Amino acid sequence: MTNTAIHAEGLTKRFGDFTAVDAISFEVKKGEIFGFLGANGAGKTTAMRMLCGLSIPTAGKASVAGFDVYKQTEQIKRSIGYMSQKFSLYEDLTVRENIRFYAGIYGKSDAFIKEKTAFLLKELHLEAEANKLVRSLPLGWKQKLAFSVAIFHEPEIVFLDEPTGGVDPVTRREFWNMIYKAAERGITIFVTTHYMDEAEYCNRVSIMVDGRIDALDTPTQLKKTFEVRSMDEVFLKLARRAKRSGD
Amino acid sequence: MNAVIVNNISKQYGKKKDLIQALKGIFFEVKQGELFGIIGPDGAGKTSLFRILTTLLLPDGGSASVDGLDVVKDFKAIRHRVGYMPGRFSLYQDLTIEENLEFFATIFNTTVKENYDLIKDIYSQIEPFKNRRAGKLSGGMKQKLALSCALIHKPSVLFLDEPTTGVDAVSRKEFWEMLRSLKEQGITILVSTPYMDEASLCDRVALIQSGEILSVDSPEGVINAFKHPLVAVKDNNMLQLLNDLQRFEGVQDAYPFGEYHHVVLKDGFTANAVSTYLQQHNYHQPDVQTIRADIEDCFIALMKTGE
Repeated sequence: MTNTAIHAEGLTKRFGDFTAVDAISFEVKKGEIFGFLGANGAGKTTAMRMLCGLSIPTAGKASVAGFDVYKQTEQIKRSIGYMSQKFSLYEDLTVRENIRFYAGIYGKSDAFIKEKTAFLLKELHLEAEANKLVRSLPLGWKQKLAFSVAIFHEPEIVFLDEPTGGVDPVTRREFWNMIYKAAERGITIFVTTHYMDEAEYCNRVSIMVDGRIDALDTPTQLKKTFEVRSMDEVFLKLARRAKRSGD
Repeated sequence: MNAVIVNNISKQYGKKKDLIQALKGIFFEVKQGELFGIIGPDGAGKTSLFRILTTLLLPDGGSASVDGLDVVKDFKAIRHRVGYMPGRFSLYQDLTIEENLEFFATIFNTTVKENYDLIKDIYSQIEPFKNRRAGKLSGGMKQKLALSCALIHKPSVLFLDEPTTGVDAVSRKEFWEMLRSLKEQGITILVSTPYMDEASLCDRVALIQSGEILSVDSPEGVINAFKHPLVAVKDNNMLQLLNDLQRFEGVQDAYPFGEYHHVVLKDGFTANAVSTYLQQHNYHQPDVQTIRADIEDCFIALMKTGE
């Protein structure tokens, strides 16, 4: 087994004459918390879709959990977890039904699901809410549940697309605590965020500008390189170079 | 004079078991010409509040006025005087930029020409694309068009519901610059946001959580009300550091805050006491500094006292 969770080399996606992702190269180590930053329209979502096996690249190479993004997309989907701010759980299913549904999709046995569901509900203090519709939960609880569901099948890598958007400051920190715990268990975390303080919680951070990765390093080193005091300033310095905008 | 008065407004949804108290009897006032922020996470009640003030939703209790008019009785008159930009993009996707703007001008009995001055700075940035359909615009352009449409009838009060949610740091800065220049033209602006750092850009803010207002004050005032000593601490192993800090007797609360951990101390404890404690626990040169609270520190503290 290698120590690499994600490997990308010259990964490119073009839509007609528009190059959404422009030959990006990077590596994410196993168990690493990797922050994937960029302005709206920089190409983050397109890059993530390729890594999740949902979109075939135009050029370049990439492997995720050891599987090829051109030929082994189904194996990739089985080895990863995914959650986003916009969609994560079915609002009209109960907490328990959501867990069961996702675990079932990943082909987990009834015995596994039963045992782990009980453990999870206890850990999240959601035992009393187990049979309530997800719709009725506060956003922060939903996001914590969504993350737990995304890693329920013990994926090698979990992709988190703005998981804490709009979440209150206390719950946002509890959420990051869960990320740390998952990373300690060896799950690789690939996360996007608009909160610059969260960039500091990552082991390494990449910043995309106009489809390229213009910076990739530890937060400490990035601040040194750009001679600024915060990740906010690093981001502004880089993103201001951008020629294109929007999402 | 007050542009907005909110007097014990409450709103609930659902019945019995699924009852959600969206607003639990809140009070505040917004002065004319003020840039007023409603700061709070999703689910705090911001949208319900905005929909009540723009007469799109009836409150269950309490009263409120906008521009001196009652939100229930005088709803028709209020609709002529307010501009509202909902959180979700709600312009006509199959109309062009220009057609959307003309449409909104027409329903308010005015013309684009008459109020062009007000929107000039914002609209001129998207005017080169005026024949493009709204559905084909980038996020930043949609936002500028939505703001232009909300302003075209020259409202006296402008309501912006989470205009910067999901927007990157650069575009957020630009948006706030637009708001500052609108304020200078005398428009009262109420803007809601889940981003705590945007509070400092407002004249005054209401911090809101779970349907309750935690504080209404100037950003400066909110920060000055933070009474405990606060220190920022950094070391090589941040996770271990947090665990160790939480065990210190002088600590009221400790949580990650970007590059540093913030540590709220009990009264009588200082940065020196933290340094000493850490040195006793094998930290050689921990970076410990006394700092001023951030709005986010205040929000966290207010959330925890409310519990």
